[in-house]
Amino acid sequence: MEKAKANIDHKKKVIKIKGLEKSFEDYAVLRGIDLDLYQGENLVVLGRSGTGKSVLIKLISGLLKPDKGTIEVLGQDITKISEKALQELRIRIGFSFQSSALYDSMTVRKNLEFPLVRNRKDITRQQIDTEVEKVLDAVGLSQTINQMPAELSGGQRKRIGIARTLILNPEIMLYDEPTAGLDPITCIEINELINEVQQKYDTSSIIITHDLTCAKMTGDRIAMLLDGQFQRVGTFDEVFNTDDERVKPFFDYNFIQ
Amino acid sequence: MHKTSTTSPPQEKTGLSLKQRLAEFFADLYKVHLFVLRFFKEAFLPPFEFKEIVRQCFEVGVRSFTLITVTGFIVGLIFTKQSRPSLSEFGATSWLPSLVSIAIMRALAPLVTALIASGKVGSSIGAELGSMRVTEQIDAMEVSGTKPFKYLVCTRVIATTITIPILASYTAFIALLGGYLNVSQNEGTSYTTYMEQVFEPLVFLDFTASLIKSLVFGFTIGIVGCYQGYYSTKGTEGVGKAANGAVVTAMFLVFIEEIIIVQITGWFR
Repeated sequence: MEKAKANIDHKKKVIKIKGLEKSFEDYAVLRGIDLDLYQGENLVVLGRSGTGKSVLIKLISGLLKPDKGTIEVLGQDITKISEKALQELRIRIGFSFQSSALYDSMTVRKNLEFPLVRNRKDITRQQIDTEVEKVLDAVGLSQTINQMPAELSGGQRKRIGIARTLILNPEIMLYDEPTAGLDPITCIEINELINEVQQKYDTSSIIITHDLTCAKMTGDRIAMLLDGQFQRVGTFDEVFNTDDERVKPFFDYNFIQ
Repeated sequence: MHKTSTTSPPQEKTGLSLKQRLAEFFADLYKVHLFVLRFFKEAFLPPFEFKEIVRQCFEVGVRSFTLITVTGFIVGLIFTKQSRPSLSEFGATSWLPSLVSIAIMRALAPLVTALIASGKVGSSIGAELGSMRVTEQIDAMEVSGTKPFKYLVCTRVIATTITIPILASYTAFIALLGGYLNVSQNEGTSYTTYMEQVFEPLVFLDFTASLIKSLVFGFTIGIVGCYQGYYSTKGTEGVGKAANGAVVTAMFLVFIEEIIIVQITGWFR
């Protein structure tokens, strides 16, 4: 299942990472990472569990502080900006969590309204309803509007999680393991949704995964994270047409559609 | 498969563990200190989350209302019943309303309310925030441009600080009613006479000390519950620990604060 060609602007970098390092106690997770994300591009970060993939996007969104290096997002170095500026910048970045992170105590409607109401003080009730319906329609789950997160399936939760980030019209999307824990058919549906979001909302995305199907279906470029550094960066075929003993087993043990 | 190391002597392991525990204790103490400072820094700066504070006040009140009503009534009734034989030995049963009112207003009402709220509200806050932490809901709030500390912590701490004194006043009233049931059954005292006798020995300091005590207890229950939940780790196990830690720590601190406030109030009598 090949990915349709995306409209990527190779002259415009929306994320620029230089010499990024992060350790937890004595364990160095990221050891000097350099990475660029271009406007309109889907970049897949592949790697085994525990290699620091999720840490990377948490650093990009400012949830974690790096030990060293710079992270420039939409022209602002998030390691240097104020708390207020970071909060404003975050509105332009959508973060889809591995666990979906829907607010348990709120209905789907309230979950979707929450970021909107918090960040757009002058928005009217009618505008809120329109926006909520629009994003729910975009993820194909209009019928779940009054349901509680506990009543949704894993795939539906992922979709609502994505819808909640889309409601603020982000310029960058960060997906943390979007297909983890889902059945193969739902995985494909989520992968297609990621591509739709890229097309419809004109987003640039970083997709963290260890699922090769997801990587192949959604990635314009793949970056293989090994030993705290990107060992191979390129198209899917460029990354996996290799004799590198550290990369090959990863490919061999995965099932490709 | 790793083999378990048997090289370290058990004494050394115990010593190290104690050292680590002490280090952890002081690190925790420092974190609590920063947490409280952060609360004061953020709670009084706009934007104020009035809607959420009101919602939390309602939650705190509703969660404890039934239990407080039942417990308050029983405490008043039992206290009066148990005090009766001692006073009747001296033919002083007419002092019962005064004795009950002093005991309830000065100590029992704030303390009973705080202990019930520690169990009901503290554990609930700890578990709720703990669960939100381990399921990344707090992170989700942060990345969507909302300050989770202000929205989740400040509102809950303010709510408990406001609501516990109101609940303590209600407990006092209900406990006095419990006392009245016993007094009216035995002495046939009217409600008006009973209430007159109840308020006779009370002075302004009793009300002030009770109010201050309840405010301190409310703040403690809120901040401990939020701290335990907000820094919860280790998945579902961590949620349980946060709820348990919130109850145990809050109850322990409430007793310590009770002793300190009683001591300070004593200097002004």
